[in-house]
Amino acid sequence: MLPFLARRLIVAALVALAVSAVAFGLMFVSGDPAVVLAGQAGRAQDVELVRQAYGLDRPIPLQFLSWIGNAFAGNFGTSLYFNLPVAPIIAERLSVTLVLGSAAFLLALVVAVPLGILASLRPGGTIDRIALMLAVLGQAIPSFWLGLILIVVFGVWYGLVPISGTESWQGYILPVVVLSYYAMPALMRLTRAGMIDVLTADYIRTARAKGASQPRVLLVHALRNAVLPLVSLAAVQFGLMLSGSIVIESVFAINGLGRLAWESLLRSDLPVVQAIILILSLIYVTLTTMADLINAWLDPRLRSA
Amino acid sequence: MSIADSPTMRRRKLFKGLSASSAIRIGGGLLAVIVFVAIFAPWLASHDPIAQDLGKRMVPPFWYPGSDPAHLLGTDHLGRDYLARLLHGARVSLLIGLGVTLCAGFIGTMLGLAAGYFGGRTDMLISFIVTTRLSLPIVLVALAAVALGGASLKTLAIVLSLLLWDRFAVVVRAAAQSLRSREFVQATQSFGASHLYIMLHGILPNLRNTLIVVATLEIANVILLEAALSFLGLGAQPPTPSWGLMIAEGREHILFDPWLIALPGAGLCLLILAVNLLGDGVRDALDERRP
Repeated sequence: MLPFLARRLIVAALVALAVSAVAFGLMFVSGDPAVVLAGQAGRAQDVELVRQAYGLDRPIPLQFLSWIGNAFAGNFGTSLYFNLPVAPIIAERLSVTLVLGSAAFLLALVVAVPLGILASLRPGGTIDRIALMLAVLGQAIPSFWLGLILIVVFGVWYGLVPISGTESWQGYILPVVVLSYYAMPALMRLTRAGMIDVLTADYIRTARAKGASQPRVLLVHALRNAVLPLVSLAAVQFGLMLSGSIVIESVFAINGLGRLAWESLLRSDLPVVQAIILILSLIYVTLTTMADLINAWLDPRLRSA
Repeated sequence: MSIADSPTMRRRKLFKGLSASSAIRIGGGLLAVIVFVAIFAPWLASHDPIAQDLGKRMVPPFWYPGSDPAHLLGTDHLGRDYLARLLHGARVSLLIGLGVTLCAGFIGTMLGLAAGYFGGRTDMLISFIVTTRLSLPIVLVALAAVALGGASLKTLAIVLSLLLWDRFAVVVRAAAQSLRSREFVQATQSFGASHLYIMLHGILPNLRNTLIVVATLEIANVILLEAALSFLGLGAQPPTPSWGLMIAEGREHILFDPWLIALPGAGLCLLILAVNLLGDGVRDALDERRP
């Protein structure tokens, strides 16, 4: 287990480094970052001033090292728009996105896993066909559009929920539903496929033969093995939800990390955007690494891989 | 009697076969209609999609009172014919979907071929690049790159092409790995064929079916991303008739004229549904033919 752990952590650290390079490199997409920072009204001497103030006259590798060193010490620089340190601004918004993402993730699991198990009991049966049809339809609906339609129906026509903001907990209902439904089809399909595979295994027949009840066979014997690929997918989906909430947050006017990123992009506040990209990537790397470790713990065969 | 011969298994296969072929038929039919509409949009629509008529703004579609027979699906806030914009919107979605998938597919296939065929350090390096790409928040990176590169459909297409090759690379890598040690590849090697020749003429033709399935599903992904980015204002720019942008423009009128967002959204749903049904159907059909 230990060599596996070490190898996995080294890879994670390297990926984190590569991701930081991409976030840092975004500064150069538009050409000269000093011109962007100086803004549209910036004159030649302003650009030069900015270049010196931000240390952009140093060699690029040196700039990268100092940026990443500061970032890992929790210093992401200063927001050009708020003129405040980036870290506290982001920390405040991150908590909103984490609440939204976690709630949506739990909802997706609670709906998709039981549905997948039910569908797997009779492949081709009525429940299975309805579940698969829902999955195909679900994947075809753009989430931002579904959000707007739900706002019209439940917010405007019926007035059941507030149409924007998160002042009350009811404001979270629609965004959580919209954010979660997009992950459901993949989770449901994988649970179903895993259970169908496992349920035909010999050891399940043995468990049935010794008189184990249906719930015990399904939940204790089968699910434990079917859940292995689900752990990886769940980690990936949770990461995608956090970064995908950018669209949902803008639809529902939620002041989370995604909306901050979007607004910062529109006002060319690059340090904030870079920090958000870095943080979301690091969360994703952490999640997938944890999923690998959990899988290795559940299934010792994976440790040698 | 083996499990595969049991009646339940046979019934399952039959069911799956039926559903696969009907999925292909429904998805393919729907997609054919949308492609037809997209190609012939200029002739099907009686109006110019970007011509404004400020005297006829916000005319409702035909099922509302006060509709205008000259504008079957009404007009938007600038008096542009909504039917014409919807038909031309299909063009934008399909062009971006196909174009980006082709470019991304090329990048991903080449990376996957090299990783799977050479193995060793090449494989480690390319797998590392894939992992890094998967760790990036795709919507945000695309948004940032488009914003910094100057928002337009062209920038969007380039950025998405450079970002969405991951699934191709993963799938092609796995397939190339399993083909590398097969006799016909080793035979070609023994004739002294170059690595590039073996990859392109020995391995690539065997990946055709896999690539078709991945490409179909990826087209749907690209179309959804284009719509989302255009919706956020960092994709297609006005007055381009992109469905995502039309939803963003209709958003201000969501209280009284929800049809302005309902129609382009329905177009998106139908297109994605068609592409996904076709892709799933083809995948299932190919799965069954495998021994």
